[in-house]
Amino acid sequence: MKKIIVGMGTCGLSAGAQPVYDKLEELAEKHPEACVLDITGCIGMCFREPLVEIQDDTGRTIYGDVSETSAEEIFNEHILGGIKVDNDNVIYGVNKDGSTYGSEVSFLDLQERIVLRNCGIINPESIDDYEEIGGGYKGLKKALTAMTPDEIIQTMKSSGLRGRGGAGFPTGLKWSFAAANKGDTKYVVCNADEGDPGAFMDRSVLEGDPHAVLEGMIICGKAIGASFGYIYCRAEYPLAIERLEKAITAAKAKGYVGENIFNSGFTFNLKVKQGAGAFVCGEETALFASIEGERGMPRIRPPFPAEKGLWQKPTNNNNVETFANVPWIIANGAEAYSSIGTEKSPGTKVFALAGKVAKGGLAEVPMGTTIEQLVFNIGGGIKDNGEFKAVQMGGPSGGCIPADQKTTPVDFESIPATGAIMGSGGMVVMDQGTCMVGIARFFLDFTQSESCGKCTFCRIGTLRMLEILDRITRGEGIPSDIEKLQKLSIQIKEASLCGLGQTAPNPVQTTIRYYLNEYKAHIEDKKCPAGECEALVDFVIIPEKCVGCTLCARNCPVDAIEGKVKEIHIIDQEKCVKCGKCITSCNFSAVVKR
Amino acid sequence: MKTAAKKENFNYRLWKYDGAPGELIPLLQSAQEHFGYVPRRAITYISGVTNIPESDIYGVITFYSQFRLQPMGKYVVRACAGTACHVSGAKAIINTVEDELGVEVGDTSEDGLFTFLTVACIGCCSLAPVIMVNDETHGRLTPASLRKILKEYRRKGKKNAEGAVGAP
Ligand SMILES: Cc1cc2nc3c(=O)[nH]c(=O)nc-3n(C[C@H](O)[C@H](O)[C@H](O)COP(=O)(O)O)c2cc1C
Ligand code: FES
Repeated sequence: MKKIIVGMGTCGLSAGAQPVYDKLEELAEKHPEACVLDITGCIGMCFREPLVEIQDDTGRTIYGDVSETSAEEIFNEHILGGIKVDNDNVIYGVNKDGSTYGSEVSFLDLQERIVLRNCGIINPESIDDYEEIGGGYKGLKKALTAMTPDEIIQTMKSSGLRGRGGAGFPTGLKWSFAAANKGDTKYVVCNADEGDPGAFMDRSVLEGDPHAVLEGMIICGKAIGASFGYIYCRAEYPLAIERLEKAITAAKAKGYVGENIFNSGFTFNLKVKQGAGAFVCGEETALFASIEGERGMPRIRPPFPAEKGLWQKPTNNNNVETFANVPWIIANGAEAYSSIGTEKSPGTKVFALAGKVAKGGLAEVPMGTTIEQLVFNIGGGIKDNGEFKAVQMGGPSGGCIPADQKTTPVDFESIPATGAIMGSGGMVVMDQGTCMVGIARFFLDFTQSESCGKCTFCRIGTLRMLEILDRITRGEGIPSDIEKLQKLSIQIKEASLCGLGQTAPNPVQTTIRYYLNEYKAHIEDKKCPAGECEALVDFVIIPEKCVGCTLCARNCPVDAIEGKVKEIHIIDQEKCVKCGKCITSCNFSAVVKR
Repeated sequence: MKTAAKKENFNYRLWKYDGAPGELIPLLQSAQEHFGYVPRRAITYISGVTNIPESDIYGVITFYSQFRLQPMGKYVVRACAGTACHVSGAKAIINTVEDELGVEVGDTSEDGLFTFLTVACIGCCSLAPVIMVNDETHGRLTPASLRKILKEYRRKGKKNAEGAVGAP
């Protein structure tokens, strides 16, 4: 029987997957003999959402940009008629012999999927799918019935897996620390706070394959001798939380969570804890404070979490993606994993491509793949034929890597050499229209408001830096500002208590390093080369786009716009106060900054 | 925002509280779910049951951006101010919301229909710029398409309000 699968991750839903699903459900109910309807998580091709996949005896066919109307067309022609709808909407197909075709072949076929192995394939709300299609809970069975804790840790060590939460600490080594600490109560914590704005791989894994994360955590519990786990998930991900809760219930019913799992005598229970909106709670010691119900302030280390973590008990904390790798490694062996990627950074890494890239979505590639391959070969280059300027990696703790370093391989050695960090995998692509001083200001604004305030250098230092960047973008910068920024950067990095402050200056330092000219243009010439900083640009109306609707003129608070109905309007630069009301009111995108 | 706490209401959770540590934040989340914000009296209840001083509870509330001490509008509009949205024109989107609704970030409109907040990333970066209205996410916005969406919510909100009073 044919199977219809609708992508129902947050990205699919916000692109309109629900009405598409409802339409298909209505049609499928009328023709129950023709097909079964199912859902899946995010397959990573967010740029073509909503996606609908059809599985029949010819193989798999994925349609993109599906609307209610085209859903009906697909249903009638493909499901009932047995003929593929022949148009651009077939973005990816797999024939029975495994060969692939379609307009987005390059996006998927250049990837190597371990973490995302089930995302977009299985129904994340079905434990049977996870076991039957995804081969799930085999790793757990092996770990509990055929391996000792030492053997599990040894396997993790030889796989070479390094933490995907940002710092790249070797996972096997981390587990061995927690295992070495004696104590009858220990905890496994999964960091699903995904605070880096511009990153969404953890969300997709939690929504698309929640059992993989649970399985990884239970295996970790066995390895370090813990019988309780917490998943700390940010509240902005309601769907991920819902699917995790469902997964835990299903795993309990099957006996994979609870007492005496696989008759091994091992007991493990899990709970989801919801974050409450604080970036610093991604830092592990602050995260523990938050689970304990306190203000999420980081703690001084040592003692390290492996010794005194959550509730002062030995704790092992890993990122979502780290845990999702674990069952695969246990099931397939350490060598299968370490043979992928580079020598020092084995395995694959999921990147969230966003910003000005043509094909925004998720891409999992072997470590060592270059930025160029990710942005161009997979991501399809820059949107609207723009010019590639830089890619931002590592979020507020990271930096901007300029276009001329696009051959840099992504791994834990090469990326830090550029001044950025690997971070969690957010990759925000920028084009010529992005102001680099503006980006530095943007991140400082973020870290400054997210600083918990515990230590002075982070609390006040970031504010001073923000003030300086503010005045530069307003055209009021003075020549000594750059030196001041550099000095403050060093001081904040050295004197801050936790990773937030220690890395907050990175976006400023990398932009000064690579785009000093842009800083100078703002300070000396009072110009914003990218045409973004409002105080330094002119608002102009593009004559070809203006239809003369008068809307902008009516919205202008200072009557700076002249023009009659159906005539091209002009902005009087003398009068303009650069408030931007004309841009937001224009229905034809005719007003631009220059 | 949909939360897991929905299943158990606030009173039940308070009644069930057994002194287990770490329950303060879930209790506050369920209070916010129940009242739409964390009212003064909820702080008093929680303090009474848990023996956590009100001042400490207040400290926790103000630390986390999720908690609100004022009632929220019927529609909570959250504009994403994350990195991907920033480079895709979030500023114009934020300005448009302020303009269309007549409220600044953090405020509630006079008719009580809208509260406008910004968030650091909704996780839909590939559809940037993005806003969330209550639980619904809207992506690939332009000022014009956004105005349309907001007008639709306003129409729905007003109609429901009238319907509640004057329905036949
Ligand atoms: C300010 C700050 C924010 C962080 N945010 C996150 C986060 O959102 N997700 C995450 O997994 N790790 C985050 N980390 C890193 C964690 O502290 C921790 O190193 C990581 O979860 C360890 O997991 P791993 O060994 O699997 O990488 C953050 C660190 C800092 C300093
Ligand atoms: S940056 Fe806006 S949704 Fe992620």
